[in-house]
Amino acid sequence: MKSLDQISPGSTVEIVKIHGEGSLRRRILALGVIPGSSLQVVKVAPLGDPIEVKLNQSNLVIRRSEAQFIEVSGGDHE
Amino acid sequence: MNKQRFALVGNPNSGKTTLFNALTGSNQFIGNWPGVTVEKKSGHLIGHPEVEILDLPGLYSLAANSLEEIIASKELTQNPPDAIINIVDGTNLERNLYMTTQLFDLGIPLILVINMADELRQEGISIDADKLSERIGYPVVAISALKGENIDKLTEHLLSPEITQNHPLKTDYGADIEAVIAQASGIIKPSFPESQLRYWSFRSLEPGFKQNLDQAQQLELQLLQEDYESSHDGDDLESTIAGLRYDKIDQLVSGTIHGSRKGELSFSDRVDQIVTNRWLALPIFVLVMVIVYGISITTLGTYLTDWTNEVLFGEIVPGFVSSLLEKMSVAEWLQSLILDGIVAGVGAVLGFVPQMLVLFFMLAFLEASGYMARIAFIMDRAFRKWGLSGKSFIPLLVGSGCSVPGIMASRTIEEESDRRMTVILTSFIPCGAKLPVIALFAGAIAGDALWVAPAAYFLGIAAVILSGLILKKTPRFKGEPSPFVMELPPYRLPGLKTVLRSTWERGWSFIKKAGTIILLSSIVIWALLRFGIENGSLATVEVLENSFMARLGSLISWMFRPLGWDSWQAAVATITGLVAKENVVNTFGILFGYAEVSESGTEIWANVAQHFGVLGGFSFLIFNLLCIPCFAAIGAIKREMNNAGWTWFALIYQSVFAYAVSFVFYQISNWALTQQFGFITILAILVVLGTIYFLVRPEKQKEVRNPHRNGVRA
Repeated sequence: MKSLDQISPGSTVEIVKIHGEGSLRRRILALGVIPGSSLQVVKVAPLGDPIEVKLNQSNLVIRRSEAQFIEVSGGDHE
Repeated sequence: MNKQRFALVGNPNSGKTTLFNALTGSNQFIGNWPGVTVEKKSGHLIGHPEVEILDLPGLYSLAANSLEEIIASKELTQNPPDAIINIVDGTNLERNLYMTTQLFDLGIPLILVINMADELRQEGISIDADKLSERIGYPVVAISALKGENIDKLTEHLLSPEITQNHPLKTDYGADIEAVIAQASGIIKPSFPESQLRYWSFRSLEPGFKQNLDQAQQLELQLLQEDYESSHDGDDLESTIAGLRYDKIDQLVSGTIHGSRKGELSFSDRVDQIVTNRWLALPIFVLVMVIVYGISITTLGTYLTDWTNEVLFGEIVPGFVSSLLEKMSVAEWLQSLILDGIVAGVGAVLGFVPQMLVLFFMLAFLEASGYMARIAFIMDRAFRKWGLSGKSFIPLLVGSGCSVPGIMASRTIEEESDRRMTVILTSFIPCGAKLPVIALFAGAIAGDALWVAPAAYFLGIAAVILSGLILKKTPRFKGEPSPFVMELPPYRLPGLKTVLRSTWERGWSFIKKAGTIILLSSIVIWALLRFGIENGSLATVEVLENSFMARLGSLISWMFRPLGWDSWQAAVATITGLVAKENVVNTFGILFGYAEVSESGTEIWANVAQHFGVLGGFSFLIFNLLCIPCFAAIGAIKREMNNAGWTWFALIYQSVFAYAVSFVFYQISNWALTQQFGFITILAILVVLGTIYFLVRPEKQKEVRNPHRNGVRA
């Protein structure tokens, strides 16, 4: 299984599943990160974390520790 | 016309505040939601005092369990408005409409306001408001809150009687899910009002939802979820419902948006290629901080503060008041109370205001322009280890000029525990007023050595890091870690009105909430210094030794014996330092027989050296750098904590921490220099060991979640 934190910048991936429960998953879903939709990893912050992703019209920032709950397919491994 | 209440609801960065300002003008009331630091704003529609508009916090959803979301959901269900004004950002319509689908479930009349019409036009996009309105059954108005476009049309809608009578959209998410919702609705029916049943049915399917439900109901709901998931290949219900909401949104908006978004990178993306670039981000960040600090603290801000303190409240106001009092031949002690107590006290409050307004103006600009969110992105990694947010950098930086605006700057941090942590730690960084104290002791006991001032800053930074590491593991700060998923809003040129209003609101809240405590404590200290027992009777004293303050100093000085300084003079200097830290130097000047001393107290270096000795002097300096800040900063802490328990926690923690550091410093270096080892040395070593234990003890994880586990749920 591949998770979002392992994807290198510039790649576009499809979201397979949001793992974990509770407020994190609910927040991610509300922002439009839905299984089946695709997003692009834009860049990594200068200090190596968090990462920025682009999804439709939104630019979102997510920490690696939380990105690992997002299972994805496609895209290049880091 | 009858009274009407509207609730303004929208995503963060949707222009909600700008619209609220445009609708209500200056008819606003700002307070806090009961018991929390989240701001509550309400106001009256311009020209219509019977129409109340309540500004709810900016949210992405009604159901993600952040403090703001709980507040909004509670308000909308327990005290439903006559109608909801739902503002959405037209440049990111689908994402903004997600919460709108949840608002549909509430069954409250609604008007959909599509903001950023001007930006859409620039991009060559138009949204067919009428068609969308037809589909959702609610009025739809496209506006530009910033340019004031179509605000009159919106007002017209708000005043028309139809607004509270429109029919809620019956969303249909397909037989599969509707069947689950019907079942959930049956389970929770006894616990919620009929009209809100659909909304609560969706909410009750969130894992762990407990509100109003007994255990049997919770169990039934859990079984319902598990049934669904096992019959759907392990797809979780929550993601499925969220996906269906987005599908619904696609259906609703399809064919209403004309013109396509250009495929190329947006303006913000291009700016961010430079501004958050891996190599350029940090230098640009440093540059922005230099500008903010330079203007608000060293140049314009200092000029304004000095003028307010030295000219306005140093000459003009006291001169005017004293000539007035003399004309009225007011008693001398009353003159002193008014001039030295009240005028000086009011001056102490207002003296900070101009500088703060300059800073708040720049912070409001950084926030509204979108750069503040980038700061959190850039600095997150460095700060979160210490229980702080990336945005904590600004309060700490500003705090090196003055703790008061520094503490107030923590307002920009959304996460409550990060904000509280920042408020507690900001005053550890030596502020400008502590510099004369540092200079006094550097001169008196360290031969004016150059390393003392940098060492003081190093001590401050170490105190921030150490305290962050210790505090974040305490039960007060632990709680459920809130998810860090945030939006980088598009860069926008902020409206001047919005920025000015935010600046003024913050400045005013300081005056109002912090002013009283500063004024009262200044008067109390004035009275303690001024009155005492002289020649056997209560009098206004000529020499400080006879004042009540000196008595108070003798009364508490024993507490500082383990720190290596236990004279009443040192205790008095510490107390007067609470009015303003630079007072420590003046107080020593007076105590050693000088009416006035230079800023760094050159005249009394020899006296101070003799009085304290080297170790005692450093210990006193350490304690005064780290202990509770001046009353103005305490007022700011009180304002930002907005909770007596947290304010006391901050002050007690700062005092205990300062005491422990001075104690350990004095006892250990005393042992090293004199080889005297006693019970108290053991105590100091125990404090060190205890601190190390607090630092390295593992954080207890509530539950280890393995994200790489597929399908199976605990």
